[in-house]
Amino acid sequence: MLKLNDVSAQYNILSGYVKAVDKVDFEVRKNEIFGIAGESGCGKSTLLKVMYDLIQYPLEISNGSVEIHSSVKSGNPVIYNNGEIHKSWWKVISYVPQGAMHVMNPVARVKNQFFDAISKYHDISDKKELQKEILDYLKELELPPEVLKAFPHQLSGGMRQRILIALATFLKPDIVLADEPTTALDVVVQRGILTMLMQVQKKMKNSIVIVSHDMGVHYQITNRMGIMYAGQMIEVAPTEEIFNNPRHPYTQMLINAIPKIGDNSQREGIPGTPPSLKNPPSGCRFAARCPFAMDICRNVEPERVHISEDHYASCHLLN
Amino acid sequence: MAQNILEINDLTRQFKIGGMILGKKLTAVDQVSISLPGDKPQIMSIVGESGCGKTTLAKMVLQLLDPSSGEIVLDGVPLSHYGKRKNKKEFYKLVQPIFQNPFTSFSSRKRVDTYLFETALNLDVAKNKKEAKIVVQEVLASVGIEIDHVMGKYPNQFSGGELQRISIARALIPKPKLIVADEPVAMIDASLRMNVVNLFKKLKDEYNVNFIYITHDLSTAYYVSDYIATMYRGNLIEFGHARRVLNEPAHPYTELLLDSIPRVGKKWDQDVASPDMESKEYEMEGCKFAGRCIYAKEICRTAKPDMIHLNQEHQVLCFKHNDYKPEKDIKPYEKIELPSSNKSKISL
Repeated sequence: MLKLNDVSAQYNILSGYVKAVDKVDFEVRKNEIFGIAGESGCGKSTLLKVMYDLIQYPLEISNGSVEIHSSVKSGNPVIYNNGEIHKSWWKVISYVPQGAMHVMNPVARVKNQFFDAISKYHDISDKKELQKEILDYLKELELPPEVLKAFPHQLSGGMRQRILIALATFLKPDIVLADEPTTALDVVVQRGILTMLMQVQKKMKNSIVIVSHDMGVHYQITNRMGIMYAGQMIEVAPTEEIFNNPRHPYTQMLINAIPKIGDNSQREGIPGTPPSLKNPPSGCRFAARCPFAMDICRNVEPERVHISEDHYASCHLLN
Repeated sequence: MAQNILEINDLTRQFKIGGMILGKKLTAVDQVSISLPGDKPQIMSIVGESGCGKTTLAKMVLQLLDPSSGEIVLDGVPLSHYGKRKNKKEFYKLVQPIFQNPFTSFSSRKRVDTYLFETALNLDVAKNKKEAKIVVQEVLASVGIEIDHVMGKYPNQFSGGELQRISIARALIPKPKLIVADEPVAMIDASLRMNVVNLFKKLKDEYNVNFIYITHDLSTAYYVSDYIATMYRGNLIEFGHARRVLNEPAHPYTELLLDSIPRVGKKWDQDVASPDMESKEYEMEGCKFAGRCIYAKEICRTAKPDMIHLNQEHQVLCFKHNDYKPEKDIKPYEKIELPSSNKSKISL
């Protein structure tokens, strides 16, 4: 569906390059929810930008390519490469941004924002017909029809986020990218939104890529997931496998940092801070924080090791 | 038993919304009473969803807002005593805040260490800069940061977790009795949250300080707190020992909150009723949770429930525990199908 071939991306700042994404190579399959986890500043959002083909100065791709294999629309398989993907936004690939508060036009009614977004693909001369279509779609997602007449500030944060999801999926795209869709929302609303995303995916049988730093969210909704650290994808596996059999020390520490209700044992966060992406250390980037670090870790970058067909990690411990 | 460190009696705060004539009153905090025993330092969590009044309550404890009625008694002295200008300093020595976003609580044009030194000098902890440095060094050491790492740096040179630890250190300088932390870990990564939360546990005994920890994250609340207060739409709906409240939640809303945590090891299976538009629920006559409650009966919609004491240290605001007999057999929470009318209603 969506394939990343050895992609590296960097920010060109005056004093050098910040290598936010470094040789990331994975694929998102059809009909699955793929999760990307990692702490802030590890390049999750940059990776999404690369996948969405939103390459604007100072961001640039220094290596590799992104491919989207789409076959649903015309019957024949169509391959979009990076540089072309942005021409089919909304239709083939769409994006649910992080802060629902800031991305909607504050002085336009929700209805007009819908018209605006889909005007490229839909004939919007017959607004009544189109409005009916939108209403039907909102009904399908169990959203109240009144929201179309509302301005964004009249809606709660959760409702705005739901509308963004509706907007992003209205044209039934093959891939939906969601960047931290539920941060800053409380747990009950978060649950509603994640359930909605799952239902949409089930209905459309498309692929959803969801970025979050909350491992609990990933456990609840994703089928496969990747762990990012300092710009690199260090472990990719089916979600169950990640939680039952994590192989990279960073993944293990991420899972151990989650407090559980009913279990009051002492939990530790991960000590230290991630390395600077401007001058990443040679060797494994996690070595400075890793309790198992060996000499080889500080000098040689680990290769990807396949634990099973679907599960790989980059760590010297696995050799 | 020692004197209560914090007593909140019938505290109410109303806000006016709308114009002078057509305006309505919105009760953000409605007759809340909490008392926190003071025999040893405690951490009390206030949990609830956005807009439930937990921040308003915290602001009143910090004297950033005046209550409409009711009073707060801190260590035997009502807060109104500190309202006068000359007593303000005394108040800041007793109560210190930690805010949600460390990047906005420090000005980006001021060096971070000036905040630490100014707090020490202004609150008479130190007489001169030399003494202040010793104090600052000590508090920074207790949050695990070296003073040389902080000196002369601006907020953008720190990570969010570091900055939040520095703001905890700043709050510790006057050795306060009470620290009010409003969503201190909401802006921090899940992997670093535990570092901050563990600090609270450690400092509680080291500095003999009580914490009010405001959050919507029940799992860290369970991990860290001695007492938990659940709020819903301005009402305190459940209060008690953290273990008791979270192991045997008595109020349906606490149950719902617990059930909604994205937990590892247990998947959700059914969707939940989304909240009605806030102001509508604030105006509801009976129990404010009735519209979303699966146990709701006729009485819940018409009459206000009273606080029930399940035992000495566990109280709940719900009819369920007050001569309540279910009309029919009710299955456990997860299995119930909600009537569709409860789902995502909105008023414009």
